[in-house]
Amino acid sequence: MDIKDVEKLAELARIELSLGEKKGLLKDLQGILEYVRQIERVETKETKPQIRPRNVWREDKVETRDFSRELIISQFPDKQNGFLKVKKIL
Amino acid sequence: MIDLKNLTIEKAHKSLKNGDFTAVELVEAYLEVIKTNNKNLNIFLEVFADAIEQARVADEEFKSGTPHLMTGIPIAIKDNILFKGHRVSAGSKILENYTATYDSTVVKKLKGVNAVIIGRTNMDEFAMGVSTENSAYGVTKNPHDPTRVPGGSSGGSTASVAIGGSLVALGSDTGGSCRQPASFCGVVGLKPTYGSVSRNGLIAMGSSLDVIGPIGKSVSDVEIVFNLIRGMDEMDSTSSSPPNSQGKRGNKKIIGVPRNLMKEGIDSRVLANFEKAIEKIKTTGWEVRDIELPHVGYSVPSYYIVTPAEISANLARFDGIRYGVHKDGENLVDDYFETKGYGFGREVKRRILVGTYVLSSGYYDAYYNKATRVRSLIAEDFRLAFEKVDLILTPTTTGPAFKIGEKVNDPVKMYLEDVFTAPANMTGLPAISIPAGFVAEGGVNLPVGIQFIAPHFAEDSLFQVGKQFEKIRN
Repeated sequence: MDIKDVEKLAELARIELSLGEKKGLLKDLQGILEYVRQIERVETKETKPQIRPRNVWREDKVETRDFSRELIISQFPDKQNGFLKVKKIL
Repeated sequence: MIDLKNLTIEKAHKSLKNGDFTAVELVEAYLEVIKTNNKNLNIFLEVFADAIEQARVADEEFKSGTPHLMTGIPIAIKDNILFKGHRVSAGSKILENYTATYDSTVVKKLKGVNAVIIGRTNMDEFAMGVSTENSAYGVTKNPHDPTRVPGGSSGGSTASVAIGGSLVALGSDTGGSCRQPASFCGVVGLKPTYGSVSRNGLIAMGSSLDVIGPIGKSVSDVEIVFNLIRGMDEMDSTSSSPPNSQGKRGNKKIIGVPRNLMKEGIDSRVLANFEKAIEKIKTTGWEVRDIELPHVGYSVPSYYIVTPAEISANLARFDGIRYGVHKDGENLVDDYFETKGYGFGREVKRRILVGTYVLSSGYYDAYYNKATRVRSLIAEDFRLAFEKVDLILTPTTTGPAFKIGEKVNDPVKMYLEDVFTAPANMTGLPAISIPAGFVAEGGVNLPVGIQFIAPHFAEDSLFQVGKQFEKIRN
């Protein structure tokens, strides 16, 4: 792993990093990945993942939920006429 | 003067009922403790302005209602639990200006019985850490020795209970975050069965591991809070109810000790203290025997693959568009980069990048996919062990509270703090840390805890053995 890999990961995760941060994180990531890689030693050919997804349904009906519309709107970083305002996408 | 040091929920309830003191007087006593200590120890990020008003409502309930055991009881909540109309920041700069827009289910339940939610406690940013040193709002200091960490990530909540800033508190536990700080602060911390407490309104870290847990001075206090907050919730599709029939394993009471997990990296004084605890437990009719959990040693490395993977997904939502801090860039995508770069601390960035790495094409199979399979093997180890024993016992931590700054620059060293606690999260099992003596260091007695782990939904066994141990530990 080198600094380019850190930059690629940061780009995928959309995080701005300074050069100093990149260098520090490179060292951290190398140490962490080296440590976690020990699971390679475990034989798992016959093993299935533990996670067993299941569906949880509820009736498809409109219900009032207890939240504050006012608090939600007042916390928009940018807004217009009670709507969230974002920069143009295209 | 109310004797806060020896107060329990049951004693407080009796006194509130008898009129020895009012809920307002009780919360005022705790507020005084906070006022005296918070500047030095940095336990509370905020004391809620309406705490006394909440206590007034509780007093009304005692006058003319049907008070619950928790009515009027001052409880602190970790800064990742939503309380409508109150600030909640998850210890992060990215949410420094955020106000909760709804109540978490646990807060709804506390409000339902007029408990007094006194304030929000400090924590490692987004619950990532074991020392509260990763909080954007400064470290919390251990009340037993302010040069040391309180543990984490629920270090504010455990320090609050230890110092008498609240009678009880809520934390959250993803890899040990209720139990490890409970051990460091000399209090009781419960990690309930995965899914037994609703996480609706808990700011998510690792969704296949996170659970909200109670913290208190005694097992009985923790049990009372747990019984209030537990239960299925349609707002959390991962919440569940205990199965109807729970397999009983015969009459002999057996505790298993996984010695293979204690071979290295553990403070000899902690180990000696642990052996003493075992001898005491044996006097109460328990048989204690060694057990093998062959894969349990892989809990921490697989945890630090699974958890960052889930973090990288869960924290993508903090983009500065709908709420929280917003940093303006040249265009929409720039806004994301700037906001996250500014708002997230070092450990959060570290984990997001590790998570992004282990989920990325080419590495997914070797890391994430492999880790989920290792996780199955760990779960199977425990399942087999619980065919032979009722409970499993370990120390909670490898040592007593460490010095502030001692491990902060070495992430792997920090991660190894989870060696005894992470297995319960990787398997969804309930576990409790109970104070079990002290280790003397630099003229200060530092508390250490022991941990009992039980089969899924067998919290009652933890409470039972915990209360037994409390009686005989001295």
